[in-house]
Amino acid sequence: MSASSVSAGANARDTTWSLDDLVRWDERIRAKIDEFGLSYYPQEFELCDHTGMLGYMAYNGMPSHYPHWSYGKSYEKLKTLYDHGVSGLPYEMVINSNPAIAYLMRDNSLLLQILTMAHVYGHNDFFRNNFTFTSATRAELTIENYKAAAMRVRRYVEDPSIGIEKVERVLDAAHALNWQCRRNFAIKKLTPQEQIDRAIQTTQGHPDPFQKIHARRVVEEPDLHKVPIEPDEDLLLFIRDHNPFLADWEKDLLTIVAHEAKYFISLMETKIMNEGWASYWHKRILESLGLEQGLYLEFIVRHNQVVRPIPGQINPYHLGLKVWEDIYRRYTNPTAEEIKRDGPPAKSGLEKLFEVREVERDSSFLRRFLTEDLMREMDIFEYEARGEELVVSKVADDAGWREVKETLIKNVGTNSIPVLKIEDADFGQNRTLYVKHYHDGRDLHLEYAEKSLAYLQRLWGREVVLETVLEGKRSLLCSNDRGFSVRSLK
Amino acid sequence: MAGDTIFREYRVSDAERSDRSAGDRLRHRQKVRESIRENIADIIAEESIIGKDKDRIIKVPLRGIKEYRFVYGDNSGGASQGDGDSRPGQVVGKTGKEGPGKGDQAGDRPGVDYYETDVTLEELIEIMFEDLELPNLERRALREILSEFSSQRKGYRKVGIRIRLDKRRTAKRRVMRMLASEKRHDADARAEAIAATKAAADASLDDPNSDLEAAADLTIDDAESDGSLAAEEESFAPGSIATLQRVKRRFPFHTDDLRYKHVEVDTKEESNAAVICIMDTSGSMDTMKKYLARSFFFLLYQFISTRYRNVEIVFIGHHTEATEVTEEEFFHKGESGGTFISSGYNKALEIVAARYHPSLWNLYAFHCSDGDNFDSDNPAALKSAEELASICNLFGYGEIKPLGSRYYESSMLNVFRRIQAPNFHTVLIERKEDIWPSFKAFLAKDRVKE
Repeated sequence: MSASSVSAGANARDTTWSLDDLVRWDERIRAKIDEFGLSYYPQEFELCDHTGMLGYMAYNGMPSHYPHWSYGKSYEKLKTLYDHGVSGLPYEMVINSNPAIAYLMRDNSLLLQILTMAHVYGHNDFFRNNFTFTSATRAELTIENYKAAAMRVRRYVEDPSIGIEKVERVLDAAHALNWQCRRNFAIKKLTPQEQIDRAIQTTQGHPDPFQKIHARRVVEEPDLHKVPIEPDEDLLLFIRDHNPFLADWEKDLLTIVAHEAKYFISLMETKIMNEGWASYWHKRILESLGLEQGLYLEFIVRHNQVVRPIPGQINPYHLGLKVWEDIYRRYTNPTAEEIKRDGPPAKSGLEKLFEVREVERDSSFLRRFLTEDLMREMDIFEYEARGEELVVSKVADDAGWREVKETLIKNVGTNSIPVLKIEDADFGQNRTLYVKHYHDGRDLHLEYAEKSLAYLQRLWGREVVLETVLEGKRSLLCSNDRGFSVRSLK
Repeated sequence: MAGDTIFREYRVSDAERSDRSAGDRLRHRQKVRESIRENIADIIAEESIIGKDKDRIIKVPLRGIKEYRFVYGDNSGGASQGDGDSRPGQVVGKTGKEGPGKGDQAGDRPGVDYYETDVTLEELIEIMFEDLELPNLERRALREILSEFSSQRKGYRKVGIRIRLDKRRTAKRRVMRMLASEKRHDADARAEAIAATKAAADASLDDPNSDLEAAADLTIDDAESDGSLAAEEESFAPGSIATLQRVKRRFPFHTDDLRYKHVEVDTKEESNAAVICIMDTSGSMDTMKKYLARSFFFLLYQFISTRYRNVEIVFIGHHTEATEVTEEEFFHKGESGGTFISSGYNKALEIVAARYHPSLWNLYAFHCSDGDNFDSDNPAALKSAEELASICNLFGYGEIKPLGSRYYESSMLNVFRRIQAPNFHTVLIERKEDIWPSFKAFLAKDRVKE
């Protein structure tokens, strides 16, 4: 799912187009796409009105989804924003499935429909080709999986021995922890047995031909009884597999939530690339369609609404588009200076684009292709909190641009989610769950940590402790039946 | 390469068929309500509710339905885009004002899930009533302040105003009277009279000139044929023989025939009431005290409003001196220093003397305090209290002592016990469950003026 919005006023229903028009334009768009060499899943467009759109948005575009009050909450919130004209409705929303499904607002003008369709094909191509998606999700199963999960959850809710209260208790807790999972699904997760083998392997070390004259190596016996052998990031799945007191339906709920999180982690990981890519292609396609003047002018206006820089924020549409365009330029029309520095381009612009689209995600994409010049042009700065205020601390100049870039990368995709790993599921030999926060200079929000830890305890069923750093001190947050406590560690 | 694109046409039936969010929205709404209920004391302590429009929208922060996750604190800094010439040191925002980032939207950073909802005052009050455990029946009575006359038809009477004349019944009465006096008439006359009566039933009132409520005004609309009903005024001298003799074939209406619809206006006393809220603002008013005091004053005001047409409210805050304040100030002023309760009462007497003369106003005074008073002031307080009780319909003193605070503080309850006035009442409020019973006990002493 991905969505962008234009602040449209209360548009009257635009009836200057018919379904046949859309079909015709779709054919022209696809002809262009094939010409450029994009590859995509079959596409379905569904026309809906604004209430339908709000409904889809609340459920992240999924045609079927399990029930939970939080979706009611996001619906209300979206509706409030929409009613007060704070945000327009997204004029494109597409989900990563095969066939890909996208929604078109029936009140939009013809040009907006054309723009949306072109944009959607960009996303569609990205879903089908980027490694993040191909390794994490199986698009042909998306819809079916959601549907089946929704049906199962409804069954648990209706089951008199379970009921909505119990289902909610588990879902509330699972939702709080759902992003505490692996971020890169291309890296294979080892089974416990494989982890044991690897642990033995590492302690034995490599054969040493000069062992006789070397001091005897101290061999540390690996603790093969420890669970997990290697720190585990998949909180929900770990609990599912290691809490013997969970009922089958509870395990199922954890599986459903963890599975859905995977889908969203992929989207988060590639937000800037993905929106940039779709914007890049809608622009190229619409520019090559030979639009008549009226449509073309409207296209310019709409396009700029979407990809304009928003001071004080990072607009992924803008940033992504800028970087993609720059990559293309550097491989088709590099400056003399760039040729001197990097040598002549070895690939065509399109080849390079397709390669990058397949193998990068936001953090690597920015690290490699967001140049100093671009940052300067976009005036990207770093800010930090000083007392009550947020103050610009570094700007993209010779001295600071690298650090600004680091800070930016630290905040894209899942990098804005703290990394937590389960270190020991039997801490102190009484089944206390020991979790460690891999601190990178940013402290946890304590109130949120307290509540989330309580949820973790709820699912684990025993005491949970979290090791973290608070204001420079190693600390241990504890949540058990007696409540929440914070201790400093030496 | 790919197959044909599929377009699904918009169908109204689809749109209306599946609002799957309905169930989740309902559930969310329930949670919101629960959350408000849990925090009702805080909310009421901070909101002005007394005598306010019940449709007013109040923004209530929701703490109960945040979706917690492990996130970084507000002060972790970040990077963003400027407008072209950002310089180090520029201020670009405030901490903790991260937009209400909805975490589960792909790509959004997990922002702070701060969330408030709009609630109407009415709903808030309803929740407050629940919290105070008010019985349902009384709840409704208190909520509905009748803003207009409501009227109910209650049978018929012989007196009334022109507009409520019931022509049909009036005509009937006349026929009955005629039948009763038939000895004096022959059958012809009777038959004719009956016919005329039928016509009269359809007649309309039409006489702007005469303000006599008389059947002489009854004319027949459609028929030109005058006057079988018209009669001179003297025909209404009851029992006038002249009438009977002069008009042989006419049988005019008599005042006794007239029947008026009787309409009962609501029982609101057509009168004025003033609610005088006195509170000691010297001590620290914590949330619980504020909540207890405010809800008590609120109940009082609502109740008085259901009974009087015109209700005014006065807030008097006092420490060693008393001032008239707004509701806002009333609940938010914390003064330090001592307390002279008498100052509050004297201020009330002063205001009554200036604006609310007891002959025109029904006065209701209530004083909330934590029981502190300078001993030296007690005689004066007693005296003023008696004076206030003598001019008020009802005067009460409520001591608010949330549990656990009453052992080391003084109390005025013993002092005020000496007051003999039947319409003076003291209550002790220690917890919110006490509010309703104390309120009822207080009102039981109401002495509505004759």
